[in-house]
Amino acid sequence: MRHEVSRRDGTVILSLRGEVDLEQSPAVRALLLDLLEEQRDLLVDLAGVTYIDSSGVATLVEAYQLSKQHGTAFALVSVSPAVHRVLELARLDRVFTIHQTLEEGLGGGGS
Amino acid sequence: MSRVRDRIRSSAEKAGCSTRCAQDVVLAADEACQNVIRHAYGERGGDIEIRVERSGGDLVLWIRDFAPPTDPARVRPRKLEDLRPGGLGTHLMREVMDSVELLRPPSGEGNLLRMTRRIE
Repeated sequence: MRHEVSRRDGTVILSLRGEVDLEQSPAVRALLLDLLEEQRDLLVDLAGVTYIDSSGVATLVEAYQLSKQHGTAFALVSVSPAVHRVLELARLDRVFTIHQTLEEGLGGGGS
Repeated sequence: MSRVRDRIRSSAEKAGCSTRCAQDVVLAADEACQNVIRHAYGERGGDIEIRVERSGGDLVLWIRDFAPPTDPARVRPRKLEDLRPGGLGTHLMREVMDSVELLRPPSGEGNLLRMTRRIE
């Protein structure tokens, strides 16, 4: 699992590459919790994520809930069909804000 | 687990599964293994045997562990309304597979999960 953090217009962007599973999700969780301490809007770019399971989804749910508590925005970007399917099965595709592209996410477009 | 997933995907595709069907089977196997690792074995660790086979028009996925018997109630999915992560794995398994059964292995030791999915 590789990651990259960038910041644009006051928004934090976490780009992930690889598989977010039982082995990798603790590292992703640590990253998210660390970034959420900034209490800024957060976009998680999943364009490079090829697989996610319930442990990965759990980290996203936790980040979503913490963002809500902080009153900051949390959204997913560039979700692949395989990842979208898992979110759909978990009934989270209508809970998370999901943007097609990073530009849409930064522009504040709807999901 | 990544290598295990690749092997399961390959076996499912060889049995005739489409990409999407194979992805679902991989997810179910992954979630089942997570449950074994987290709840059945915990800190101890242990072996998990996975078998993928074709039975007529169905793909059958067997997941065998050697841990103390699991309470069948733990395999039942929980409601998702409150977004709690716990129980999501079991829910996903039941969503993508046509059947999920917790059985006692013939030798008596451990747990045996049998899941089936119509091959498409």
